[in-house]
Amino acid sequence: MNSDVTDFASIAPAYPELLMAVGALVLLVIGVVINKEKSALISWLAVLLIAAAGLTAVLNPADGVLFNGVFIADAFARYMKLLVLGGAALSLILAMPNDFENGLHKFEYSILAVLATLGMMVMVSANDLMSLYVGLELQSLALYVMAAIKRDDPRATEAGLKYFVLGALSSGLLLYGASMVYGFTGHTNLQEIVSAIAMEGRSVGLIFGMVFLLTGVAFKISAVPFHMWTPDVYEGAPTPVTAFLAMAPKVAAMSLMIRLVMDTFQPITGDWQQVVIFLSIASMVLAAFAAIGQKSIKRLIAYSSIGHVGFALVGLSSGTQVGVEGVAIYMAIYVTMTAGLFACILSLRTENGYVETIDDLAGAAQTRPFVAAIMAIIMFSLIGLPPLAGFFAKWQVFLAAIEARLFVLAVIGMLASAVSAFYYLRVVKTMYFDEPKSTFAAVPNELNIIIAVSAFLIVTYYFTVGSALTNWAHIAAGSLF
Amino acid sequence: MTLPLFFFYLFSIVAIASAFMVISSRNPVHAVLFLILAFVNAAGLFMLAGAEFLALILIVVYVGAVAVLFLFVVMMLDVDFAELKSGMLQYAPIGILVGVVLLLELLLVAGSFVISPEVGGSTGLPIDVSMDNTRQLGLVLYTRYVFLFQGAGAVLLVAMIGAIVLTLRHRSTAKRQNPVDQVARKASETLKVVKVKSGQGL
Repeated sequence: MNSDVTDFASIAPAYPELLMAVGALVLLVIGVVINKEKSALISWLAVLLIAAAGLTAVLNPADGVLFNGVFIADAFARYMKLLVLGGAALSLILAMPNDFENGLHKFEYSILAVLATLGMMVMVSANDLMSLYVGLELQSLALYVMAAIKRDDPRATEAGLKYFVLGALSSGLLLYGASMVYGFTGHTNLQEIVSAIAMEGRSVGLIFGMVFLLTGVAFKISAVPFHMWTPDVYEGAPTPVTAFLAMAPKVAAMSLMIRLVMDTFQPITGDWQQVVIFLSIASMVLAAFAAIGQKSIKRLIAYSSIGHVGFALVGLSSGTQVGVEGVAIYMAIYVTMTAGLFACILSLRTENGYVETIDDLAGAAQTRPFVAAIMAIIMFSLIGLPPLAGFFAKWQVFLAAIEARLFVLAVIGMLASAVSAFYYLRVVKTMYFDEPKSTFAAVPNELNIIIAVSAFLIVTYYFTVGSALTNWAHIAAGSLF
Repeated sequence: MTLPLFFFYLFSIVAIASAFMVISSRNPVHAVLFLILAFVNAAGLFMLAGAEFLALILIVVYVGAVAVLFLFVVMMLDVDFAELKSGMLQYAPIGILVGVVLLLELLLVAGSFVISPEVGGSTGLPIDVSMDNTRQLGLVLYTRYVFLFQGAGAVLLVAMIGAIVLTLRHRSTAKRQNPVDQVARKASETLKVVKVKSGQGL
């Protein structure tokens, strides 16, 4: 009488989540029972599990609202879920070589990654303020532990603690906003909130709630002014964990942001637009200028990711279907570029360990021409030069902004993009024109494959996957309107 | 004076008195014990109000786990509470201010029930009086809210894995029992029967 789950087939839209949850428990049992030294087996099993969940989502595209309205599966959720799963699987593969050096040789790492991915899937499919929060907490809690998993390294534990404290603060803000929204509309279900706002109109309390909710999510996508944790956590955490943080969680939080503003707060578009436009401009401008002075390569990537979130938000600011489509494409290309970038960085190892500063990359083009060339291509793509994928990502979001007559926003975005070219090109210059200081070790095979595939996708984007991705993003964005 | 009323005042007075003792007792262990007393009395108040599930949860979670944890922390960490308390008087005005604000808010909430009694009637879910609330919670927890309930379970699982992975250390120097080895021992490997002539010794 209380539940809409009648039999096993009735929860078909939630099969991927179910598979991940059960799979995580099975992996945990396997990990505890077998010898703890065999973490590579668990890692591969976790990658297989994530692939199986993705396959389930593709082969069984069941739409529907489940569990009394707290869970929604639609084309948008499926698109974002596949991105999340792809990002998570790639970053697990990135973590496999030299796992002992990174402190990732514990089998719990892969299981935490699977549980974090499960949390992200719940976030993407959230249709209620309660499930939104449960998903967000599941994801964040696992990520805090992953950031600090190299527990004997003071920098990693500092990163984990910093992430935990600021993440807890942002959860508090989000919960405060959720309680305000609930208080002023009387509903926690996102669809019912829409109808309540449409019926009763906007009130000051609702606007307060919306701002706090968006603040909480902006923390998770690290949009300025809620970005302070990002450079420190990215720098302190082991590099494969940084890769994990930079890919899947951003996609999940961005899709949460999209669903909140395009769906729940649709009736008060004018109000949330101000917030999103501010976040967007602040992120683009601050990241472009703050990254210039960075010496650490991971801090550079942190600021770069902040800037890319700003660019993605340009598309969202328009509040149109074209804008959402642009953000969806942007996130897919962002994940591809980030995976390739981290694979390059993880493959450049000197006798002193991983490269930490940009100067460590000096002369990489002479000893490792393949990796250096592809890293240069990825840098050009991150700037947004045609005909690389990064150009089409930015093209889509700026197009949406111009169609929505947000000319100032588009111009600021393009100027920020031009400024950001400086620090990306500095990395290329260091690799190609500086004298080599040290020799680099051989590149593991897994990384070579990821590097090659991401470079292929970035270079040939327009001719191969571009139209399919656009089409798919179009369907995904269409399901929100 | 009816019996419930008598118990209400009994529980309330003891709860307030023990809450006062929590902040005024010199010995931190006593303070924690008074905190437990306050919790138990609050549980009694819940029971009087008909919320027996909350009352039991309060005892199980707060008394059984949280307060005992406090007790362990107080006893294991060598915190000089006398020093911590030394500056307490200078913060007293702020504390009193916060207390007054809280009292005013409580009065406002209680006042709204007096001014417009219909506010109290607009609860979200209709409450079935014929069932006790433990059963009612059980009915919705595993049906209506099963997704959120399982999600919360996953969050707790992550917390447990995280606590273990970040703090558990396997010390190689520690000596451990291996039950398999112990059971697999045979008498022939460890026991030797020696004939000893009397009066000679080994």
